Amino acid sequence: MSGSYRAEMLKLVRWPAMWILAAVLLVLAQVFGYLIPYIAYRSGGGGGFAAGETTAQLLADTLPGRLVPNTLGGFPMFAGAIALIIGALAAGSEYGWGTLKTILTQRPRRLSMLGGKVLAITSTILALVIGVFAVNAVWSWVIATTEGRPTDWPSVLELGRGIGAGWLILGMWSLFGALLGTLFRSTSLAIGLGLVWALAVENLIRGFASLLGFLDAFQKGLPGTNAGSLVASLGAATLDQPGGTPGVTAAVSGPQAVVVLIAYVVALLVIAGITLQRQDVN
Amino acid sequence: MAMSVAEHVIETRDLTKVYGKHVRAVDRLNLLVRRGEVYGFLGPNGAGKTTTLRMLLGLVHATSGTTLVLGRAPGDPQSLIRVGAMVEEPAFYPYLSGRDNLRVMARFASLPEDGVDAALDVVDLLGRGGDRFKTYSQGMRQRLGVAAALLKDPDLLILDEPTNGLDPAGMADMRALIRRLDSGDRTVLLSSHLLGEVQQVCDRVGVISRGTLIAEGTVDELRGRGSVLVRAEPLAAARESAERLLGTGRVEVLDGTLRLDSDPADVPKITQGLVLAGLAVSEVRPMERTLEDVFLELTGKEDADHER
Repeated sequence: MSGSYRAEMLKLVRWPAMWILAAVLLVLAQVFGYLIPYIAYRSGGGGGFAAGETTAQLLADTLPGRLVPNTLGGFPMFAGAIALIIGALAAGSEYGWGTLKTILTQRPRRLSMLGGKVLAITSTILALVIGVFAVNAVWSWVIATTEGRPTDWPSVLELGRGIGAGWLILGMWSLFGALLGTLFRSTSLAIGLGLVWALAVENLIRGFASLLGFLDAFQKGLPGTNAGSLVASLGAATLDQPGGTPGVTAAVSGPQAVVVLIAYVVALLVIAGITLQRQDVN
Repeated sequence: MAMSVAEHVIETRDLTKVYGKHVRAVDRLNLLVRRGEVYGFLGPNGAGKTTTLRMLLGLVHATSGTTLVLGRAPGDPQSLIRVGAMVEEPAFYPYLSGRDNLRVMARFASLPEDGVDAALDVVDLLGRGGDRFKTYSQGMRQRLGVAAALLKDPDLLILDEPTNGLDPAGMADMRALIRRLDSGDRTVLLSSHLLGEVQQVCDRVGVISRGTLIAEGTVDELRGRGSVLVRAEPLAAARESAERLLGTGRVEVLDGTLRLDSDPADVPKITQGLVLAGLAVSEVRPMERTLEDVFLELTGKEDADHER
């Protein structure tokens, strides 16, 4: 599997689309996590605050002490969507370009190739998560220094937990995209349906959950709900709280969310493996 | 002479592939390819050639039948490491250079990457190895596909329509390359619908039609004995003389000429016999059947049988 992993890493590192997606993720994280809140704080908010929200809170969220929840706030939805695209591209494009047949005539077994791909995708996701945390840390330090506030960094344990949670969430979404790419043998359908699910369907189900009891139970098992709950358990504000972010919810506890997300990762890998093993590669 | 199993690089028994419920792409195919030969796998478009190759490589699962490639099941890493293959269009990552594409493939095969430049050199792509695959011409793409197949210095090379999309010069280059690759114990399985190509480079040929092997043998065996065309006057006297020379039943009159069922090597003897008989001989020409004639005859007969 190491040969497959090294091959997949070479492909991902040299792929311009991956760098563009990484840049988009970093820029969006800065713009919505730091730039817009800080500008709003400096301009007094323009009277557009949510109930209970204050300028002091806007500033506090951008300071080093809130690095973990402020960074993770965007992971369940928009960063998750980008991770889904990364996974769908990495798996689906092999069918579109016909490169799967070229790979499989080299040597690797199908599951070994899949293992290498999954390792490479999740390594890339880990690098992205660390990158987002690093750039956010710089922003929070700059804001704290500019505003003369203390730079109280989160503990190493807290930071490690935040990076781990981010990796689990984005890793799950990337594997979700990879499974769709493998099932549909294409990128466009996988990305389209994946985004519709992650950005629209799950939100609609959550929206109707309060009306129907069975939908409430169902939504607690959804990947997005569990991703949002894990983030909320680490301090990110839920959508109904001041400064809350879409996708962040407190539907289930943090430990339960971790278990469900890991179960999703395992299930996605098993389904992708069975699908790939049974497919005729044309 | 019976060949031992060890001498068969590829062996299929009743290999069958059915897509859906009714599309029988390959039907009980029995194929034996011997070590060291260049085997031409001929058939019209849609005959089942590419599906067969995909099954040999483990890309497509057979519906029934058995296959051994280098003594192992299709797709087994132990045999794949000794097989170089190019199936249909060469497929590579468009954003990577030719060299990086081969590096990726070397990594997948767990091979050292120092063989990449040597493979590029064999196919005359060393100078363009740093350019992105998407900028390559069709001929360069085909050659990169061959380079990828050569990375493993394979014992068995499977090439599917390697001259597809090439101009005449590119086709000639590719044929020359295939001849160069046929060295030592290496076996080449060349699938094509271009008969001239197969005739020029292959030791043995198998003809597939509607998923079934309908003929197999050396090119000469398939072409059979040729004939001789004679234009002489008067025609009736010429026919009598020819029958005296060859025997009755081996001479036919066709469009004002005689067609003699005779080895082309007999042309001097026939010419001499006709001239000595006092005939005005204006033309004596050997007529060799091409592989195309044989192919059209075989596949045409198969079509007719199918429609009957």
